[in-house]
Amino acid sequence: MGKRHTIEVTVGAFVVLGVVALFFLAMQVSNLSQASSGDGYHLTARFSNIGSLKVRSPVTMAGVRIGRVESIGFDKTRYEALVTMRIDAGIDSIPEDTFANIFTAGLLGEQYIGLEPGGSPDFLRDGDEIANTQSALLLEQMIGQFLFKKAGESG
Amino acid sequence: MRFEAFAVLGRGVLGALERLGRAHLLLFAILAGSGEVLRHPRLLFEQIYNVGVLSLLIVGVSGLFVGMVLGLQGYYVLAQFGAAESLGIMVAASLVRELGPVVAALLVAGRAGSALTAEIGLMKATEQLAGLEMMAVDPIRRILAPRFYGGVVAMPLLAAIFSAVGVLGGYFVGVGLLGVDDGAYWNQMQAKVDFQEDIVNGVIKSLVFGVAITWVALFQGYDTVPTSEGVSRSTTRSVVHSALLVLGLDFVLTALMFGG
Repeated sequence: MGKRHTIEVTVGAFVVLGVVALFFLAMQVSNLSQASSGDGYHLTARFSNIGSLKVRSPVTMAGVRIGRVESIGFDKTRYEALVTMRIDAGIDSIPEDTFANIFTAGLLGEQYIGLEPGGSPDFLRDGDEIANTQSALLLEQMIGQFLFKKAGESG
Repeated sequence: MRFEAFAVLGRGVLGALERLGRAHLLLFAILAGSGEVLRHPRLLFEQIYNVGVLSLLIVGVSGLFVGMVLGLQGYYVLAQFGAAESLGIMVAASLVRELGPVVAALLVAGRAGSALTAEIGLMKATEQLAGLEMMAVDPIRRILAPRFYGGVVAMPLLAAIFSAVGVLGGYFVGVGLLGVDDGAYWNQMQAKVDFQEDIVNGVIKSLVFGVAITWVALFQGYDTVPTSEGVSRSTTRSVVHSALLVLGLDFVLTALMFGG
């Protein structure tokens, strides 16, 4: 009876330890603790070029993450990228004339959407589109323009 | 006589196919005997103890050292690019995706798989399995099925413990000894390691490895030549085959999970 009991206790402790390790991996190591709980609302925006923006890229305002990119599609009539983002439910006061930019974190970092609030008293609601957008700055294009300008000056 | 070389080849292939067939029949018999495990959960607990609890020490210590080595090596390489802050991502991603499931599986194959093979093999050599059958007790249901499920349950838990201890080992070396920033270690890790993509896939991997290892170990024991030499050979083969199977499966799973 004693030995059986010991085995049961150690197996129980082992299973608890394993589950704790999994929980640790999920909460402390992975991004699960930051994942939005699924509620929130959607906004869309059209960009003429999204660079290397990806699904799940952050959407920030004043540098604080307030949502994520949920899907990226292509508008075949206007030849533009259609980005759908999910904004956290608590952030329900984004002005209608908000500006959406695609920024890059660091020189070679990942790209994210930065929202700059406008001054309109009306707020964006679920399914609305952000009209003012600024595309991603492509490093290659910038270098190309810079070289082109230099060549023009010297010639 | 003239075709001796072909005959040898053919015999080898036929023998291998025959063993493969027997192994699958055994697996189906074990799965069919799953009910016994539910009816006597104590049998399962004992096997989780044998495979899981007894492997805990070696898995934990190995995880700690693997994590510490990753911390050291990762730091030396990343510091050259001024990216030592990314150490957390490197340690966590390599542990959760690859090293955790694979190394823990190799350790379990050596520590517990070999013991399973030797145990079953000796039971067969000393005709205990035949004795059980005489008493109308099905050895597959009573002996093999609990061991199979014990291994399958214990493996993902051991792999998770390995990864968790490894991340802490990397933290100890990277942050404690080499001076990487504490906050950067964790938040870079959290920003880049994905729950679905990395952790869940790692658990799926270790589940598959658990099935593979215990299946190989049980089959080698059950199919052994009932002599002391036969048991020793089966034990060796059990470790070699399960190690190769784990590494091969790991490649396939990685290609499937992280390829797209």
